[in-house]
Amino acid sequence: MSVNQEFRPKIVAFCCNWCSYAGADLAGSSRLSYPADVKIIRVPCSCRVNPMFILRAFEKGADGVILCGCHPGDCHYSTGNYYARRRMTLLFSMLDFMGVENGRTRVEWVSAAEGVKFSTVMNDFVEKIRSLGENVRLGDLRCKK
Amino acid sequence: MQEVKNRALALLKDGTVKRVLGWRIGENTYDPEPAFFESEEDMQTFVYNNFCAANLSKYMIEASKLEGKTLVCLKPCDSYSFNQLLSEHRVDREKTYIIGVGCKGKLSIENVKRAGVKGILSVNDTDPLQVETLYGNTEVSYKAAMLDRCHVCKGKEHVVYDELIGESEDTSTADRFAQVQMIEAMSPAEKFAFFQKELSKCIRCNACRNVCPACSCRKCVFDSDKFDSAQKANVDSFEEKMFHIIRAFHVAGRCTDCGECSRVCPQGIPLHLFNRKFIKDINTLYGEYQAGADAEARGPLTSFTADDAEPSVVAEGGTK
Repeated sequence: MSVNQEFRPKIVAFCCNWCSYAGADLAGSSRLSYPADVKIIRVPCSCRVNPMFILRAFEKGADGVILCGCHPGDCHYSTGNYYARRRMTLLFSMLDFMGVENGRTRVEWVSAAEGVKFSTVMNDFVEKIRSLGENVRLGDLRCKK
Repeated sequence: MQEVKNRALALLKDGTVKRVLGWRIGENTYDPEPAFFESEEDMQTFVYNNFCAANLSKYMIEASKLEGKTLVCLKPCDSYSFNQLLSEHRVDREKTYIIGVGCKGKLSIENVKRAGVKGILSVNDTDPLQVETLYGNTEVSYKAAMLDRCHVCKGKEHVVYDELIGESEDTSTADRFAQVQMIEAMSPAEKFAFFQKELSKCIRCNACRNVCPACSCRKCVFDSDKFDSAQKANVDSFEEKMFHIIRAFHVAGRCTDCGECSRVCPQGIPLHLFNRKFIKDINTLYGEYQAGADAEARGPLTSFTADDAEPSVVAEGGTK
Protein backbone atom coordinates (compact mmCIF):
# COMPACT_ATOMS: atom_id res chain seq x y z
CA MET A 1 0.00 0.00 0.00
CA SER A 2 1.49 3.27 -1.00
CA VAL A 3 0.44 6.21 1.08
CA ASN A 4 2.70 8.75 -0.50
CA GLN A 5 2.79 8.87 -4.29
CA GLU A 6 5.73 11.23 -4.32
CA PHE A 7 8.82 9.93 -6.12
CA ARG A 8 11.48 8.79 -3.67
CA PRO A 9 14.77 8.29 -5.47
CA LYS A 10 17.20 5.57 -4.53
CA ILE A 11 20.57 7.12 -3.97
CA VAL A 12 23.83 5.35 -3.26
CA ALA A 13 26.59 7.29 -1.56
CA PHE A 14 30.07 5.80 -1.47
CA CYS A 15 31.83 7.44 1.47
CA CYS A 16 35.46 7.06 2.35
CA ASN A 17 36.08 5.74 5.83
CA TRP A 18 38.42 8.50 6.95
CA CYS A 19 36.72 11.72 5.91
CA SER A 20 33.25 11.53 4.45
CA TYR A 21 31.93 8.70 6.59
CA ALA A 22 33.11 10.59 9.65
CA GLY A 23 31.52 13.69 8.13
CA ALA A 24 28.22 11.83 7.89
CA ASP A 25 28.67 10.78 11.48
CA LEU A 26 29.21 14.38 12.49
CA ALA A 27 26.12 15.43 10.56
CA GLY A 28 24.19 12.84 12.56
CA SER A 29 25.56 13.77 15.95
CA SER A 30 25.02 17.45 15.16
CA ARG A 31 21.35 16.64 14.46
CA LEU A 32 21.59 17.85 10.88
CA SER A 33 19.06 16.13 8.68
CA TYR A 34 19.46 14.77 5.21
CA PRO A 35 16.97 12.65 3.26
CA ALA A 36 16.64 8.98 4.12
CA ASP A 37 16.82 8.20 0.39
CA VAL A 38 20.60 8.24 0.65
CA LYS A 39 22.11 4.84 1.30
CA ILE A 40 25.68 5.11 2.49
CA ILE A 41 28.25 2.47 1.59
CA ARG A 42 31.49 2.80 3.48
CA VAL A 43 34.68 2.21 1.50
CA PRO A 44 38.27 2.34 2.76
CA CYS A 45 39.16 5.11 0.31
CA SER A 46 37.43 6.86 -2.58
CA CYS A 47 40.02 5.11 -4.74
CA ARG A 48 38.49 1.77 -3.73
CA VAL A 49 35.48 2.59 -5.88
CA ASN A 50 35.81 0.68 -9.09
CA PRO A 51 33.83 2.30 -11.94
CA MET A 52 31.96 -1.01 -12.07
CA PHE A 53 30.53 -0.32 -8.60
CA ILE A 54 28.80 2.75 -9.93
CA LEU A 55 27.48 0.96 -12.99
CA ARG A 56 26.30 -1.89 -10.83
CA ALA A 57 24.47 0.47 -8.51
CA PHE A 58 22.63 1.90 -11.51
CA GLU A 59 21.91 -1.54 -12.88
CA LYS A 60 20.43 -2.59 -9.54
CA GLY A 61 18.04 0.33 -9.63
CA ALA A 62 19.81 3.34 -8.16
CA ASP A 63 18.66 6.70 -9.50
CA GLY A 64 21.80 8.55 -8.51
CA VAL A 65 25.27 7.70 -7.27
CA ILE A 66 27.50 10.05 -5.33
CA LEU A 67 31.09 9.45 -4.32
CA CYS A 68 32.48 11.31 -1.29
CA GLY A 69 36.11 11.33 -0.30
CA CYS A 70 38.76 13.35 1.47
CA HIS A 71 39.70 16.67 -0.07
CA PRO A 72 42.48 16.35 -2.66
CA GLY A 73 45.74 16.44 -0.77
CA ASP A 74 44.14 15.15 2.44
CA CYS A 75 43.79 11.48 1.51
CA HIS A 76 44.51 9.11 4.38
CA TYR A 77 46.56 7.08 1.93
CA SER A 78 48.21 10.22 0.48
CA THR A 79 47.17 9.89 -3.15
CA GLY A 80 44.10 7.66 -3.45
CA ASN A 81 41.61 10.38 -4.19
CA TYR A 82 43.75 11.79 -6.99
CA TYR A 83 43.43 8.51 -8.87
CA ALA A 84 39.73 8.34 -8.05
CA ARG A 85 39.29 11.84 -9.43
CA ARG A 86 40.74 10.93 -12.83
CA ARG A 87 38.77 7.71 -13.02
CA MET A 88 35.49 9.31 -12.12
CA THR A 89 36.00 12.19 -14.52
CA LEU A 90 36.47 9.75 -17.37
CA LEU A 91 33.59 7.54 -16.28
CA PHE A 92 31.18 10.46 -15.94
CA SER A 93 32.25 11.75 -19.30
CA MET A 94 31.61 8.34 -20.84
CA LEU A 95 28.17 8.12 -19.23
CA ASP A 96 27.39 11.56 -20.61
CA PHE A 97 28.65 10.39 -24.01
CA MET A 98 26.25 7.45 -23.90
CA GLY A 99 23.31 9.68 -23.13
CA VAL A 100 22.91 9.22 -19.38
CA GLU A 101 21.99 12.55 -17.77
CA ASN A 102 25.16 13.82 -16.17
CA GLY A 103 23.40 15.05 -13.02
CA ARG A 104 22.98 11.46 -11.84
CA THR A 105 26.58 11.07 -10.83
CA ARG A 106 28.60 13.35 -8.63
CA VAL A 107 31.85 13.51 -6.70
CA GLU A 108 32.12 15.67 -3.59
CA TRP A 109 35.03 16.13 -1.22
CA VAL A 110 33.76 16.13 2.36
CA SER A 111 36.14 16.18 5.30
CA ALA A 112 35.47 14.71 8.75
CA ALA A 113 34.83 18.23 10.07
CA GLU A 114 32.25 19.10 7.40
CA GLY A 115 29.03 17.70 8.81
CA VAL A 116 27.16 20.72 7.53
CA LYS A 117 28.59 20.29 4.05
CA PHE A 118 27.62 16.62 4.05
CA SER A 119 24.05 17.43 4.88
CA THR A 120 23.82 20.27 2.32
CA VAL A 121 25.41 18.14 -0.41
CA MET A 122 23.00 15.26 0.20
CA ASN A 123 19.96 17.53 0.31
CA ASP A 124 21.06 19.17 -2.90
CA PHE A 125 21.82 15.88 -4.66
CA VAL A 126 18.51 14.30 -3.67
CA GLU A 127 16.73 17.41 -4.94
CA LYS A 128 18.59 17.12 -8.25
CA ILE A 129 17.70 13.44 -8.68
CA ARG A 130 14.08 14.15 -7.79
CA SER A 131 13.95 16.67 -10.61
CA LEU A 132 15.55 14.19 -13.03
CA GLY A 133 13.11 11.46 -12.04
CA GLU A 134 13.58 7.73 -12.20
CA ASN A 135 16.66 6.32 -13.88
CA VAL A 136 15.57 4.21 -16.80
CA ARG A 137 18.57 4.37 -19.10
CA LEU A 138 21.32 2.71 -17.14
CA GLY A 139 19.32 -0.36 -16.21
CA ASP A 140 20.46 -2.08 -19.35
CA LEU A 141 22.64 -0.41 -21.89
CA ARG A 142 22.40 -3.13 -24.41
CA CYS A 143 18.90 -4.47 -24.76
CA LYS A 144 15.97 -2.78 -26.33
CA LYS A 145 13.07 -2.85 -23.98
CA MET B 1 55.72 -8.53 -50.61
CA GLN B 2 58.25 -11.18 -51.48
CA GLU B 3 60.99 -9.27 -49.63
CA VAL B 4 59.43 -9.87 -46.20
CA LYS B 5 59.01 -13.56 -46.94
CA ASN B 6 62.60 -13.96 -48.14
CA ARG B 7 64.04 -12.16 -45.15
CA ALA B 8 61.91 -14.16 -42.70
CA LEU B 9 62.94 -17.38 -44.41
CA ALA B 10 66.63 -16.41 -44.23
CA LEU B 11 66.40 -15.64 -40.49
CA LEU B 12 64.54 -18.89 -39.89
CA LYS B 13 67.18 -20.85 -41.83
CA ASP B 14 70.23 -19.36 -40.10
CA GLY B 15 68.67 -20.04 -36.71
CA THR B 16 68.33 -16.42 -35.54
CA VAL B 17 64.67 -17.12 -34.91
CA LYS B 18 62.85 -20.32 -34.07
CA ARG B 19 59.52 -19.36 -35.56
CA VAL B 20 57.91 -16.69 -37.64
CA LEU B 21 54.68 -14.97 -36.74
CA GLY B 22 53.00 -13.67 -39.85
CA TRP B 23 50.03 -14.24 -42.10
CA ARG B 24 49.10 -17.45 -43.91
CA ILE B 25 47.39 -17.26 -47.26
CA GLY B 26 43.71 -18.05 -47.04
CA GLU B 27 41.40 -19.42 -49.69
CA ASN B 28 41.41 -16.04 -51.38
CA THR B 29 43.69 -13.04 -51.48
CA TYR B 30 41.41 -11.24 -49.10
CA ASP B 31 41.40 -13.62 -46.16
CA PRO B 32 44.93 -14.10 -44.87
CA GLU B 33 45.03 -15.31 -41.26
CA PRO B 34 47.61 -14.93 -38.49
CA ALA B 35 49.85 -17.98 -38.19
CA PHE B 36 53.11 -19.30 -36.80
CA PHE B 37 55.63 -20.78 -39.24
CA GLU B 38 58.33 -23.08 -37.95
CA SER B 39 59.89 -24.60 -41.05
CA GLU B 40 60.75 -23.87 -44.65
CA GLU B 41 57.75 -25.90 -45.85
CA ASP B 42 55.44 -23.91 -43.59
CA MET B 43 56.79 -20.72 -45.07
CA GLN B 44 55.40 -21.67 -48.49
CA THR B 45 52.03 -20.39 -47.33
CA PHE B 46 53.40 -17.15 -45.83
CA VAL B 47 51.91 -14.03 -47.32
CA TYR B 48 52.06 -10.29 -46.78
CA ASN B 49 49.62 -8.33 -48.87
CA ASN B 50 47.40 -5.31 -48.40
CA PHE B 51 44.66 -7.43 -46.86
CA CYS B 52 46.92 -8.41 -43.93
CA ALA B 53 45.15 -6.20 -41.43
CA ALA B 54 45.41 -8.34 -38.28
CA ASN B 55 47.46 -6.90 -35.44
CA LEU B 56 49.93 -9.63 -34.48
CA SER B 57 51.30 -8.05 -31.32
CA LYS B 58 48.92 -9.86 -28.98
CA TYR B 59 50.16 -13.27 -30.16
CA MET B 60 53.56 -12.32 -28.79
CA ILE B 61 52.26 -12.73 -25.23
CA GLU B 62 52.01 -16.47 -25.79
CA ALA B 63 55.05 -16.60 -28.04
CA SER B 64 57.13 -14.95 -25.29
CA LYS B 65 56.57 -18.02 -23.15
CA LEU B 66 58.00 -20.32 -25.82
CA GLU B 67 61.59 -21.42 -26.19
CA GLY B 68 63.72 -19.32 -28.55
CA LYS B 69 63.19 -16.15 -30.51
CA THR B 70 60.07 -15.36 -32.50
CA LEU B 71 60.10 -13.18 -35.57
CA VAL B 72 57.05 -10.99 -35.76
CA CYS B 73 55.88 -8.75 -38.60
CA LEU B 74 54.47 -5.52 -37.28
CA LYS B 75 52.83 -2.70 -39.18
CA PRO B 76 53.37 0.83 -37.86
CA CYS B 77 50.13 0.84 -35.86
CA ASP B 78 50.83 -2.67 -34.47
CA SER B 79 54.17 -1.49 -33.15
CA TYR B 80 52.33 0.86 -30.76
CA SER B 81 50.40 -2.10 -29.37
CA PHE B 82 53.61 -4.07 -29.00
CA ASN B 83 55.28 -1.17 -27.20
CA GLN B 84 52.33 -0.87 -24.86
CA LEU B 85 52.51 -4.59 -24.05
CA LEU B 86 56.24 -4.12 -23.49
CA SER B 87 55.60 -1.39 -20.94
CA GLU B 88 53.14 -3.69 -19.19
CA HIS B 89 55.76 -6.47 -19.14
CA ARG B 90 53.49 -8.81 -21.05
CA VAL B 91 55.92 -9.53 -23.87
CA ASP B 92 59.61 -10.31 -23.82
CA ARG B 93 61.66 -8.04 -26.07
CA GLU B 94 64.65 -10.39 -25.81
CA LYS B 95 62.65 -13.18 -27.37
CA THR B 96 61.31 -11.04 -30.20
CA TYR B 97 62.75 -10.12 -33.54
CA ILE B 98 60.62 -7.41 -35.09
CA ILE B 99 60.41 -6.79 -38.80
CA GLY B 100 58.64 -3.51 -39.28
CA VAL B 101 56.63 -3.96 -42.44
CA GLY B 102 55.51 -1.06 -44.60
CA CYS B 103 51.86 -0.18 -44.77
CA LYS B 104 49.96 1.80 -47.36
CA GLY B 105 46.62 1.37 -45.68
CA LYS B 106 44.98 -2.02 -45.27
CA LEU B 107 42.00 -3.27 -47.23
CA SER B 108 38.78 -4.84 -46.11
CA ILE B 109 36.67 -7.13 -48.24
CA GLU B 110 33.64 -5.83 -46.33
CA ASN B 111 34.29 -2.39 -47.75
CA VAL B 112 34.54 -3.82 -51.25
CA LYS B 113 31.13 -5.42 -50.72
CA ARG B 114 29.82 -2.15 -49.27
CA ALA B 115 30.89 -0.44 -52.48
CA GLY B 116 28.20 -2.51 -54.16
CA VAL B 117 30.24 -5.38 -55.61
CA LYS B 118 28.41 -8.70 -55.49
CA GLY B 119 29.46 -12.28 -56.21
CA ILE B 120 33.19 -11.74 -55.66
CA LEU B 121 35.33 -14.55 -57.08
CA SER B 122 38.74 -13.05 -56.69
CA VAL B 123 40.33 -9.73 -55.95
CA ASN B 124 43.83 -8.33 -56.06
CA ASP B 125 45.32 -5.67 -53.83
CA THR B 126 46.56 -3.13 -56.36
CA ASP B 127 45.36 0.42 -56.79
CA PRO B 128 42.62 0.32 -58.03
CA LEU B 129 41.48 -3.14 -56.98
CA GLN B 130 40.68 -5.48 -59.86
CA VAL B 131 37.69 -7.53 -58.78
CA GLU B 132 36.52 -10.61 -60.65
CA THR B 133 32.88 -11.32 -59.96
CA LEU B 134 30.19 -13.69 -61.17
CA TYR B 135 28.92 -10.82 -63.26
CA GLY B 136 32.19 -9.84 -64.91
CA ASN B 137 35.19 -7.79 -63.93
CA THR B 138 35.05 -4.51 -62.13
CA GLU B 139 37.26 -2.02 -60.36
CA VAL B 140 37.09 -0.54 -56.88
CA SER B 141 39.27 2.37 -55.83
CA TYR B 142 41.88 1.58 -53.17
CA LYS B 143 40.58 4.31 -50.92
CA ALA B 144 37.02 3.02 -50.95
CA ALA B 145 38.18 -0.47 -49.99
CA MET B 146 40.47 0.72 -47.23
CA LEU B 147 39.60 -0.07 -43.60
CA ASP B 148 37.85 2.79 -41.83
CA ARG B 149 40.64 3.02 -39.28
CA CYS B 150 43.24 3.64 -41.98
CA HIS B 151 41.51 6.88 -42.93
CA VAL B 152 42.42 8.22 -39.49
CA CYS B 153 45.89 6.61 -39.32
CA LYS B 154 48.01 7.87 -36.46
CA GLY B 155 51.27 7.69 -38.33
CA LYS B 156 53.52 5.50 -40.40
CA GLU B 157 56.55 5.49 -38.12
CA HIS B 158 57.40 2.25 -36.32
CA VAL B 159 58.00 2.92 -32.64
CA VAL B 160 59.83 -0.36 -32.08
CA TYR B 161 61.62 -2.63 -34.58
CA ASP B 162 64.80 -4.50 -35.41
CA GLU B 163 64.66 -3.86 -39.11
CA LEU B 164 62.32 -2.20 -41.55
CA ILE B 165 61.15 -3.62 -44.88
CA GLY B 166 58.94 -1.87 -47.36
CA GLU B 167 57.59 1.59 -47.92
CA SER B 168 54.77 3.21 -46.01
CA GLU B 169 52.42 5.85 -47.23
CA ASP B 170 50.35 8.29 -45.23
CA THR B 171 46.68 7.44 -45.62
CA SER B 172 44.98 9.73 -43.12
CA THR B 173 42.33 11.86 -44.69
CA ALA B 174 39.85 12.51 -41.90
CA ASP B 175 39.90 13.91 -38.37
CA ARG B 176 40.21 11.09 -35.89
CA PHE B 177 37.70 12.57 -33.46
CA ALA B 178 35.13 13.79 -35.99
CA GLN B 179 32.70 10.93 -35.23
CA VAL B 180 33.09 11.39 -31.49
CA GLN B 181 32.39 15.09 -31.80
CA MET B 182 29.33 14.37 -33.89
CA ILE B 183 27.89 12.22 -31.09
CA GLU B 184 28.88 14.71 -28.39
CA ALA B 185 26.79 17.32 -30.15
CA MET B 186 23.62 15.18 -29.86
CA SER B 187 21.06 15.51 -27.09
CA PRO B 188 21.15 12.88 -24.29
CA ALA B 189 18.09 11.14 -25.74
CA GLU B 190 19.64 10.98 -29.21
CA LYS B 191 22.94 9.70 -27.83
CA PHE B 192 21.19 7.01 -25.86
CA ALA B 193 19.10 5.97 -28.86
CA PHE B 194 22.24 5.79 -31.00
CA PHE B 195 24.14 3.56 -28.56
CA GLN B 196 21.18 1.39 -27.77
CA LYS B 197 20.66 0.77 -31.47
CA GLU B 198 24.32 -0.10 -31.99
CA LEU B 199 24.83 -2.14 -28.83
CA SER B 200 21.63 -4.14 -29.16
CA LYS B 201 23.25 -5.79 -32.20
CA CYS B 202 25.91 -7.33 -29.95
CA ILE B 203 25.86 -11.13 -29.80
CA ARG B 204 28.55 -11.31 -27.10
CA CYS B 205 30.87 -13.38 -29.25
CA ASN B 206 33.78 -11.78 -27.37
CA ALA B 207 35.69 -11.25 -30.62
CA CYS B 208 36.53 -7.66 -29.64
CA ARG B 209 37.93 -8.80 -26.33
CA ASN B 210 39.90 -11.66 -27.81
CA VAL B 211 41.51 -9.59 -30.52
CA CYS B 212 42.30 -6.54 -28.38
CA PRO B 213 46.01 -6.26 -27.57
CA ALA B 214 45.15 -4.21 -24.46
CA CYS B 215 42.84 -6.98 -23.20
CA SER B 216 45.60 -9.23 -22.05
CA CYS B 217 44.47 -10.26 -18.57
CA ARG B 218 44.92 -13.95 -17.88
CA LYS B 219 41.61 -14.03 -16.07
CA CYS B 220 38.98 -11.73 -17.50
CA VAL B 221 36.02 -10.36 -15.56
CA PHE B 222 33.80 -11.47 -18.41
CA ASP B 223 34.76 -15.12 -18.12
CA SER B 224 32.14 -17.06 -16.26
CA ASP B 225 33.12 -20.22 -14.43
CA LYS B 226 30.99 -22.31 -16.75
CA PHE B 227 32.51 -24.11 -19.70
CA ASP B 228 32.29 -23.92 -23.47
CA SER B 229 29.32 -22.13 -24.93
CA ALA B 230 27.71 -21.63 -21.52
CA GLN B 231 30.67 -19.46 -20.68
CA LYS B 232 29.51 -16.87 -23.14
CA ALA B 233 25.81 -16.97 -22.43
CA ASN B 234 25.75 -14.78 -19.36
CA VAL B 235 22.49 -13.24 -20.40
CA ASP B 236 21.23 -11.74 -17.19
CA SER B 237 24.38 -10.84 -15.45
CA PHE B 238 25.60 -7.37 -14.87
CA GLU B 239 28.73 -7.95 -16.93
CA GLU B 240 26.58 -8.87 -19.87
CA LYS B 241 24.58 -5.68 -19.76
CA MET B 242 27.47 -3.33 -19.22
CA PHE B 243 29.98 -5.25 -21.32
CA HIS B 244 30.98 -2.48 -23.69
CA ILE B 245 31.37 0.33 -21.23
CA ILE B 246 33.34 -1.85 -18.81
CA ARG B 247 35.60 -3.17 -21.51
CA ALA B 248 36.25 0.33 -22.78
CA PHE B 249 37.10 1.48 -19.27
CA HIS B 250 39.45 -1.44 -18.72
CA VAL B 251 41.51 -0.44 -21.72
CA ALA B 252 41.23 3.33 -21.15
CA GLY B 253 44.63 4.94 -21.12
CA ARG B 254 46.19 1.80 -22.59
CA CYS B 255 44.27 1.58 -25.84
CA THR B 256 46.50 2.57 -28.75
CA ASP B 257 43.49 3.02 -31.02
CA CYS B 258 44.54 0.19 -33.34
CA GLY B 259 40.92 -0.29 -34.35
CA GLU B 260 40.95 -4.09 -34.24
CA CYS B 261 37.76 -4.22 -32.14
CA SER B 262 35.68 -2.59 -34.83
CA ARG B 263 37.39 -4.56 -37.58
CA VAL B 264 36.55 -7.96 -36.14
CA CYS B 265 33.05 -7.18 -34.90
CA PRO B 266 30.75 -9.49 -36.91
CA GLN B 267 27.85 -7.13 -36.20
CA GLY B 268 29.64 -3.99 -37.33
CA ILE B 269 29.34 -2.14 -34.02
CA PRO B 270 31.58 0.96 -34.00
CA LEU B 271 33.36 -0.10 -30.81
CA HIS B 272 36.31 2.19 -31.44
CA LEU B 273 34.05 5.13 -30.58
CA PHE B 274 34.22 4.31 -26.87
CA ASN B 275 37.98 4.04 -26.92
CA ARG B 276 38.34 7.19 -28.92
CA LYS B 277 36.09 9.10 -26.54
CA PHE B 278 38.40 8.11 -23.67
CA ILE B 279 41.46 9.08 -25.69
CA LYS B 280 39.90 12.41 -26.56
CA ASP B 281 39.03 13.13 -22.91
CA ILE B 282 42.51 12.16 -21.77
CA ASN B 283 44.03 14.43 -24.39
CA THR B 284 41.79 17.35 -23.41
CA LEU B 285 42.04 16.97 -19.65
CA TYR B 286 45.45 15.46 -18.97
CA GLY B 287 47.50 16.44 -22.01
CA GLU B 288 48.19 14.68 -25.29
CA TYR B 289 48.90 11.02 -24.72
CA GLN B 290 49.43 8.23 -27.21
CA ALA B 291 49.52 4.83 -25.56
CA GLY B 292 52.46 2.78 -26.77
CA ALA B 293 54.44 5.72 -28.17
CA ASP B 294 56.86 5.50 -25.26
CA ALA B 295 57.34 2.22 -23.38
CA GLU B 296 58.70 4.12 -20.37
CA ALA B 297 55.84 6.61 -19.96
CA ARG B 298 53.26 6.30 -17.18
CA GLY B 299 49.67 5.92 -18.31
CA PRO B 300 47.19 8.72 -17.63
CA LEU B 301 45.16 6.58 -15.22
CA THR B 302 48.18 5.50 -13.19
CA SER B 303 49.41 9.03 -12.65
CA PHE B 304 47.90 12.34 -11.54
CA THR B 305 48.64 15.97 -10.87
CA ALA B 306 47.42 17.98 -7.90
CA ASP B 307 45.42 20.35 -10.07
CA ASP B 308 43.53 17.86 -12.25
CA ALA B 309 40.04 18.81 -13.39
CA GLU B 310 37.22 17.95 -10.99
CA PRO B 311 34.64 15.40 -12.23
CA SER B 312 32.11 18.25 -12.32
CA VAL B 313 33.91 19.41 -15.47
CA VAL B 314 31.72 16.91 -17.35
CA ALA B 315 28.49 18.57 -16.29
CA GLU B 316 29.99 21.91 -17.24
CA GLY B 317 30.68 20.62 -20.74
CA GLY B 318 34.46 20.89 -20.40
CA THR B 319 35.17 17.59 -22.12
CA LYS B 320 33.48 18.44 -25.40
